[in-house]
Amino acid sequence: MNKLNAKIPDGPLPDKWTTHKTKLRLVNPANRRKLDIIVVGTGLAGSSAASTLGELGYNVKVFCYQDSPRRAHSVAAQGGINAAKNYKNDNDSIYRLFYDMIKGGDFRAREANVYRAAEVSNLVIDHYTALGVPFARDYGGLIENRSFGGVQVSRTFYAKGQTGQQCLIGAYSALSRQIDKGTVTMYPRREMMDLVVIDGKARGIIVRNLITGEIERHSAHAVVLATGGYGTIYYLSTLALNSNGSAAWRAYKRGALFANPSFVQIHPTSIPVLNDHQCKLTLMSESLRNDGRVWVPKTKGDPRKPNEIPEEERDYYLERRYPAFGNLVPRDVASRAAKERCDAGYGVGPTGLSVYLDFRDAIQKKGRKYIEDNYGNLFEMYEKITGESPYEVPMRIYPAGHYTMGGLWVNYNLMTTIPGLYAIGEANFSDHGANRLGASSLMQTSGDGYFILPYTIADYLADEIKTPKIPTNTPEFDAAEKEVKDRIERLMSINGTETATSFHKRLGKIMWDYCGMVRNKEGLEKALTLLDELKEEFWKNLKVPDTANELNQELEKANRVADFLELGKLMVYDALNRRESCGAHFREESQTKNGEAKRDDENYSYVAAWEYAGDGKEPILHKEELKFEYVKLQERSYK
Amino acid sequence: MLEIFNSSIGKKLIMSITGLFLMLFLVVHLTVNLMLLVGDGEVFNRAAHFMGTNPAVRVIEPILAIGFIFHIFYATYITLQNRKKRPIGYTTSASNGLSTWSSKNIYILGATIFIFLVIHLANFFWKLKFESVETITYGDETMPNAYALVAGLFTNYWWYDLLYVIGAISLGLHLSHGFWAAFQTLGWNGTKWLKRLEVVAYVYAIVIGTGFSIIPIYFFLFK
Amino acid sequence: MTVKLKIWRQKDSSSKGKFEVYELDNVAPDMSFLEMLDSLNQRLVKEGKSPVAFDHDCREGICGSCGIYINGRPHGNDHRTTTCELRMRGFKDGETITIEPWRAAAFPVVKDLVVDRSAFDKIIQAGGYISVNAGAAQDANAIPVPKHNADVAFDTASCIGCGACVAACKNASAMLFVAAKITHLAQFPQGRVEAPERVKRMVAKMDELGFGSCTNTRACEAECPKGISISTIAKLNREYLTAKLKD
Repeated sequence: MNKLNAKIPDGPLPDKWTTHKTKLRLVNPANRRKLDIIVVGTGLAGSSAASTLGELGYNVKVFCYQDSPRRAHSVAAQGGINAAKNYKNDNDSIYRLFYDMIKGGDFRAREANVYRAAEVSNLVIDHYTALGVPFARDYGGLIENRSFGGVQVSRTFYAKGQTGQQCLIGAYSALSRQIDKGTVTMYPRREMMDLVVIDGKARGIIVRNLITGEIERHSAHAVVLATGGYGTIYYLSTLALNSNGSAAWRAYKRGALFANPSFVQIHPTSIPVLNDHQCKLTLMSESLRNDGRVWVPKTKGDPRKPNEIPEEERDYYLERRYPAFGNLVPRDVASRAAKERCDAGYGVGPTGLSVYLDFRDAIQKKGRKYIEDNYGNLFEMYEKITGESPYEVPMRIYPAGHYTMGGLWVNYNLMTTIPGLYAIGEANFSDHGANRLGASSLMQTSGDGYFILPYTIADYLADEIKTPKIPTNTPEFDAAEKEVKDRIERLMSINGTETATSFHKRLGKIMWDYCGMVRNKEGLEKALTLLDELKEEFWKNLKVPDTANELNQELEKANRVADFLELGKLMVYDALNRRESCGAHFREESQTKNGEAKRDDENYSYVAAWEYAGDGKEPILHKEELKFEYVKLQERSYK
Repeated sequence: MLEIFNSSIGKKLIMSITGLFLMLFLVVHLTVNLMLLVGDGEVFNRAAHFMGTNPAVRVIEPILAIGFIFHIFYATYITLQNRKKRPIGYTTSASNGLSTWSSKNIYILGATIFIFLVIHLANFFWKLKFESVETITYGDETMPNAYALVAGLFTNYWWYDLLYVIGAISLGLHLSHGFWAAFQTLGWNGTKWLKRLEVVAYVYAIVIGTGFSIIPIYFFLFK
Repeated sequence: MTVKLKIWRQKDSSSKGKFEVYELDNVAPDMSFLEMLDSLNQRLVKEGKSPVAFDHDCREGICGSCGIYINGRPHGNDHRTTTCELRMRGFKDGETITIEPWRAAAFPVVKDLVVDRSAFDKIIQAGGYISVNAGAAQDANAIPVPKHNADVAFDTASCIGCGACVAACKNASAMLFVAAKITHLAQFPQGRVEAPERVKRMVAKMDELGFGSCTNTRACEAECPKGISISTIAKLNREYLTAKLKD
């Protein structure tokens, strides 16, 4: 089915992007000014794309739901950003970075895309540095790198535990410069409610002004979605509370295919749930596992305090199961191992749903000062939240929903199946396969926005130079706006008894229990029924206060939860379909004797891209076969 | 270049420069005044006479006056402007553990000092300058007996002693903030200098505050 | 525990606001301050009342969305903490907590505790950047930057734009915000090129947008959740004065 032409260029892997670039058409500077581009989202993907397109001279309109573009959730990334600079002379290269990502993603990503992400990574670092992002430096004034996420080279650029924040401020400053120049117009506090497709092409969006409640129409020659992931579907996750999957979902319902929706990374080191009122889980950087040792007591339900449990009665289960990588196994492996221990009854803390991350040995060996210098801010953060000092007692951690590898299907040009609609950053599915390695998210999202999309979008726009400004009074805009207004009206008029948050919590529990770290057929099928029931109840018993014509945060939530209820089902369909275990997707039916994930390359070496078939109908599966020409598929072993 | 004074930082620059100038004046003023504590008044009278007749000091005097006027005028202007920046205030306030009382009330302190200044000028400056005061002759030099004027005021009226002590304390508090703030506004500050300047500011403020307080107390107790 | 909440309620920017008092029980000490407000809101919605609007997003102290004036201090009583990081264990059982929005002419109230901080964006747009287009950069290690400068840049770039400095300042001055950016970008050789122009434009924009002037009370520094020092303000003054003197 040609619906899924990934347009991967021919030629040897290292030359694909270079050759492809020479073939991409250009738009002359005089014409760029006449072309409008909408960018939704202002994280590293959106900000970088918008500023770069602005620098090139396009007429860019940027939207974000926050009050300022600087607040997008890229800001919360802690650990770092990868690049194949080989500054450490440890024999790193673009190929090694590519290979680590492909392997880390459990061979479920496209070779060409991943290679390109690795290829542009160096440009990204150069650009951020020029923008004034203060990456850690040594006393010689040169940039420092660290090893991160279980790889054997030091290729991670970082700014303490705040790399995302520092990079985003850099990207935001460049965006601000373009706003000042007038090439970019910023629309904050706007939430995308729908995509407008005219004659098969993406031509605009409908947004809700979150302050006035007004429904606005915006048109453009192309639309770029940089709206992040949908990890908040679990209710409790490491994401910002308002992060949501609605923009991608509306695009899906307008015809864009959604790829690998069930591939969700569960991050192993988050602060566990403390109480029932909790609204989010705070991430503790993966870097902590460089010095912390993960363990549980060898006795079930051991009532003793952690420091009273002698060495021989502790089960350092990661070191036991994975002697080669130990505490540094990739995220999916670490998460499942923690869940396994807790499910078996060895978990610690009041809920039994956490494991220890202990710094005792590191403090003894390297000194408290070393630990303070490296993890001071994280320890402080932990103590603020839990009231316990990790210098004295081990941290308690548990896995939490974190990053969605799945997203809108895009071809090599980052275009979705709707012509003129692009998806970049976490919003697309392209580079991380079934599991993302640490510090490669900032790298991919920035690469998309700075050095890939600006080239590929020109190829599409080259055909649009004769298209005049898209009017917003067309029947398609009328229809889309009406649908949006009708839906809001419907939400407002249910007048039931339960809040959107309460539905979200219930949804989160279903997803976490049946479509979380471990999945099986029975559970997934049960989830389908539960989700249907919950959706029905939602539309009967939701309560939204106040009116739609004002700042109404409950209405915002209701809109997002309504979409999540549907997206959840798609995730379950996808998880059901993939009867293999790969990366973060672990099907109990497909495991080795030792309980490790077992891939089925013969039957599932494909991207599952789903097409919307109408309300209440099963989505249609399209397969994009993954061809591996350069890497040999192998079992992903960290033993 | 002059438009610099239109900006918020420029206006603060005026406060800083005039403030530093006035602080320099205070040192001279205190040095002369402390001579009140020496002997029977001849030292002080001679010093006061020198200050009153020396051409250089004559030239600086109007500049000093302008310094005062600018400092007071801009302080009032900036304070009024700043008050408009928060049309609706908070109902509660709590200490942040770092802001000093003087820093938050610098204008109130300034206003107190201003009232004191008016009284002070009327007590001495005006009388010495425009009214006939009793003179005294040392050798062949005749000069106003400023010492008698001061001693008369401070030994006869206890409330003047109190007033002058209050004035001096207000001044000290004003300077404890104003001193380093002046350097801060000039940009002459850094993480290291911040602490150093604060220490210098306190020393300076204490010297000026107690220095000027000692005089009325001395006359009250010992004369 | 039980708390009594005295909260500023204001329907929209043109309405007049007033305080309303709510009692809330079943508050767990482990709850964050905003989770406590969440639970109040859940109750209000169920009672058919209007929930309290407040800005928030990441809930881990890094996005800068949240900002509430709690018991007389921006972001509450804890040191170097954003509102979302504040925990209820810092409050007493039965305590009355006064909750107000940021107050500044430059930050008008949008609704309840939500204020409009777009003035900050406008200041950055006036020059808070290094002018380099994507693709124009040289190798990241081509220009060594002394570690000290890189560290200063990090500390000052860790500003999250929450506005606590403005909220804390008795003059509603944005000097710390501007100073942090000026100091950050001044640490790099490539940032020096447009430094004079940058500082002039940013200060002019700050004045134009209705922020007050700095009277050095250090309230901003005390309340900054990221601990940005007022020595940056001295740096800003220095940069501004030298830039102006060269005109």
